[in-house]
Amino acid sequence: MVGGEPQNQPAARGPETDPTAVRASVAAVFREEHGRLLATLVRRFGDLHLAEESAAEAIEAALTHWPISGVPTRPGAWLLTTARRRAVDRIRRDRTLALRIAVLQAEADRADPAPAADVDRDLPDDRLALFFTCAHPALTEEDRVALTLRCLGGLTTAEVARAFLVPEATMAQRIVRAKRKIRDARIPFRVPGADELPQRLPGVLQAVYSIFTEGYAASSGPRLQRLDLAEEAIRLARILHRLLPAQRETAGLLGLLLLVHARRHTRTGPDGVPVLLDEQDRRRWDRPMIGEGCALARTALTGGPPGPYGLQAAIAALHDEAPDVAGTDWPQIVALYDVLLRVAPSPVVALNRAVAVAMRDGPAAGLALLDELAADPRLRSYHPLPAARADLLHRLGRHADAADAYRQAVDLAGTEPDREHLRRRLAEAEAATRVD
Amino acid sequence: MKYMLLFVSPPTDSPDQPGAQCTVEDWMAYDKQMKDAGIWVSGNALADLTTCTSVKVDADGQRIVTDGPFAESREVLGGYDVIDVPNLDVALDWAARSPGARDGGSVQVRPIAEFGL
Repeated sequence: MVGGEPQNQPAARGPETDPTAVRASVAAVFREEHGRLLATLVRRFGDLHLAEESAAEAIEAALTHWPISGVPTRPGAWLLTTARRRAVDRIRRDRTLALRIAVLQAEADRADPAPAADVDRDLPDDRLALFFTCAHPALTEEDRVALTLRCLGGLTTAEVARAFLVPEATMAQRIVRAKRKIRDARIPFRVPGADELPQRLPGVLQAVYSIFTEGYAASSGPRLQRLDLAEEAIRLARILHRLLPAQRETAGLLGLLLLVHARRHTRTGPDGVPVLLDEQDRRRWDRPMIGEGCALARTALTGGPPGPYGLQAAIAALHDEAPDVAGTDWPQIVALYDVLLRVAPSPVVALNRAVAVAMRDGPAAGLALLDELAADPRLRSYHPLPAARADLLHRLGRHADAADAYRQAVDLAGTEPDREHLRRRLAEAEAATRVD
Repeated sequence: MKYMLLFVSPPTDSPDQPGAQCTVEDWMAYDKQMKDAGIWVSGNALADLTTCTSVKVDADGQRIVTDGPFAESREVLGGYDVIDVPNLDVALDWAARSPGARDGGSVQVRPIAEFGL
């Protein structure tokens, strides 16, 4: 549904006569066009709300006219011209809005005197600036993710709400509040300079990564994977990589997402319960996607100190290229986690490193590291910690302790499939206890 | 757009107060930078919190004057500047450049409300 491959002339294709079908196929193009159109309009008028309203009106007009009069030769230019006309109409009708737009334009010229985009040439791509506005550090992380999906992903507020399993009214309120802050605190629409980029880019990458992880492993609810969100995140990461090709971390992020997504078909069993790496059927991994991801991981780690996404991509690449768990290059994975811990220290990274150490040096070595981590309050309700402890205890033959740890993990897990997986592991540990 | 930069510092007896403190010279240099850039509108340092007095008027029109507040204020507003800059990014740059953003202090950046816009 979300994030299908970009198509350029869908409405003109095929003898589509059913108006609902035409509408649906035209709507699919707009998902791709929406972000670009919106960004150009924000650049032109400086006001996100006005840009959204006029973009929506132009798309609505296209949905009405195109099925009858045919798709224009330059659909993008048609949409932009129509949207601009609607925006100008709105400004003429609304004196307060006119005043605000005038002030915004004067201030924009003062901050960054640049020639206005020329509509008659090919459409400029202003989406990069929109990415930086949506993921501005003055907004909360949740707002950044929601705005990025809404503005760049072109999801409706209802779709964003569904994606995060919150009521539509809650999401609508969050988006309205975030857009009001952008307007009233005057968060600018601009691409940060080269000197600011190291501070600002991580926020943009984090927003896209959060969309992906939410799609990959829903933090709550009945379903474990929501692939449409993961694919939307990959689409956004691709756009970012295209717009910022020289930034190695954008390559790292795209590479990481592809390398994880390549395992999507084997991550869960037919009953929706997670399947761990050692039990996944590696023949069903997406080889072309792994190939693309590995190339990106290499780009991300070449030519300078590595960043967190490049390192995570390299770790994912080692897993994806290994024939099985035993044949995985665990020493190299531990070495990469060592660097990752220095670059981006976090208790979750330390936990993953401990698991890799257990694979390299045996379960006892990993368990010692996990026991140190158990004191960290940030991991207190993180179910992968007791789950990892349980697994190592089980492998050490301490089945009763393993069962205790699995029980803790079951209590902490947020989704039903995760709980079910852990309950099965718990049953195995309990059965082993009886054999003891 | 006008923004007020509010310079907030932890109480001087706070344990998280680091040793290094910005000097009057640091503030004078910052003041000069803002004026030279043509963005400074107004601003003041505030006298020590021990000189603070609070006033409120109750429903009967009775005026209540109290010394302080002291105890409940974990952070102390030490001064402010109003600057006129094009957008929040520029305002944040000026805030980050101020001596008030260092040594455990922080700067709150608040747009001045523009009615009718």
